[in-house]
Amino acid sequence: MAEWIQWLGQFENSKILALLLFFVAFCGILIYVYAGKTRSQRLESYKFIPLQDDEQDLDADSGEEEDNGRHES
Amino acid sequence: MAHTGIASTQQYNYEIIKKFAVMALVWGLLGMAAGVYIASELAWPFLNFDIPQITFGRLRPVHTTLVIFGFGGSALFATSYYVVQRTCQTRLYSDWMAAFTFWGWQLAIGLGALSYMFGYTQSREYAEFEWPIDLLIAVTWVVYLALYVQTLRRRSQPHIYVANWFYMAFILATAILHIFNNLAVPVGLFSLKSYSLFSGVQDAMTQWWYGHNAVGFFLTAAFLGMMYYFVPKQAGRPVYSYRLSIVHFWALSFLYMWVGAHHLHWTALPDWTSTLAATFSIMLLLPSWGGMINGIMTLSGAWDKLRTDPIMLFLITALSFYGMSTFEGPLMSLKSVNALSHYTDWTIGHVHSGALGWVAMVSFGSFYHMVPRLYDTRIYSTRLVYVHFWLATIGILLYITAMWVAGIFQGLMLRSFDDYGNLAYTFVETVAFLHEPYVVRALGGAFFLSGVVVMAYNVFMTVRQSRVEAAEIEAKLAAKLARA
Repeated sequence: MAEWIQWLGQFENSKILALLLFFVAFCGILIYVYAGKTRSQRLESYKFIPLQDDEQDLDADSGEEEDNGRHES
Repeated sequence: MAHTGIASTQQYNYEIIKKFAVMALVWGLLGMAAGVYIASELAWPFLNFDIPQITFGRLRPVHTTLVIFGFGGSALFATSYYVVQRTCQTRLYSDWMAAFTFWGWQLAIGLGALSYMFGYTQSREYAEFEWPIDLLIAVTWVVYLALYVQTLRRRSQPHIYVANWFYMAFILATAILHIFNNLAVPVGLFSLKSYSLFSGVQDAMTQWWYGHNAVGFFLTAAFLGMMYYFVPKQAGRPVYSYRLSIVHFWALSFLYMWVGAHHLHWTALPDWTSTLAATFSIMLLLPSWGGMINGIMTLSGAWDKLRTDPIMLFLITALSFYGMSTFEGPLMSLKSVNALSHYTDWTIGHVHSGALGWVAMVSFGSFYHMVPRLYDTRIYSTRLVYVHFWLATIGILLYITAMWVAGIFQGLMLRSFDDYGNLAYTFVETVAFLHEPYVVRALGGAFFLSGVVVMAYNVFMTVRQSRVEAAEIEAKLAAKLARA
């Protein structure tokens, strides 16, 4: 155990290890984000979130629903 | 899939956003006026008038604190509270916590500015606050973090929109940076002075780890959060690629933490640290440009908006300056380029192309979108928005071109040698050369400041107009009720 910590404590080892870990993590994120058609579609669907409050405002303007953003308590 | 059901009776806390938005403009005006004044002092030193409180050394941190933390910080509080409520479709978790962050932050900025003018500073760049003010900031920030996290936890929307990721990274990173950079032992309980826990090259390293990450997380990540909400909103179309925004977020968050040491090339810092920082700075170009392209391409298919919508002009120009300064930064982090650029005004020009071109322009665009919605009205004058845009753009261009000329020539003069190996120019000759670029820089700053004055007037009239409209509606309602 102590030897393992000692090995990690040396810069020439820990720097390479950190680089490998971060690189693998980054590749993992890339694969997660871009692989899989269903997941891609799901992720891209989130980009409409900011525009949903527009629908809310439009509803309020047309009197269908009370506006929750433009008036405060 | 994104959730579309929204509780219609849910109401947002807009009061706190209005307060922060107003204070952002107040600090912006004061901070930029201080900037123009100290730029003028460098061109015409008689403006010091032998008054210690207004000399360059004391007013400079007043300028940086008011524009970065006063204007930028208040703009971030305002927009983050706006974005988190609208994208999570929920009210802020606690009104008193929100009010606490407002008063805590404003008090810290005000006390900081006054203390610098009277000579109290711990002399750490962009962190000049003495220890009691640092404690006040730390407490305020922890409350901000708690409020933001709790608001995210009570969201109606299952997914946390990416703008909130950027705001969260900003809040978390700023907390870590602020606490570690300001670790110090006070001289006494009733003394403002303190000694830093760090010394020598470790102190320099800590300061620039803080300094560059303040740029990375306070002035970049947080304003990217602003961009990811307000660009799609103003364009009326979703962001170009949500997946790219995820990669942008993680790559930027990971790479920024390593680059601070590029401020310390050719010093006592170990050479490998310097090389590491330069390498990561070059890599940072990729996520930076990925984010810029993601923002600009949001307008794909609707480029005509740039002809008709001045708010869109602000936002897209901001992204263009973001792209330009994130190209210039990695270039300047190369050791050979840095040997020329460091200790010259090129650095000042680079900082301002990012601060004015990116940070301020994206804030202006976001405010022009947000303020009329906060007050349930339309902007008072679109023509004045155009006037502001051109005053700001001309101001920035004058500023950065003057500083490029100043910095590059200054660097070349400082390292010129004659045939005998002696320095070709004395230091005072470089100072004399700088006079004309300094005049142009002050003029550029004055242009930019006058644009903000126009904006403040436009916002003031917008608020007044909303009150008149509200009074008219109330009068009509009262008349209707009286008839009934």
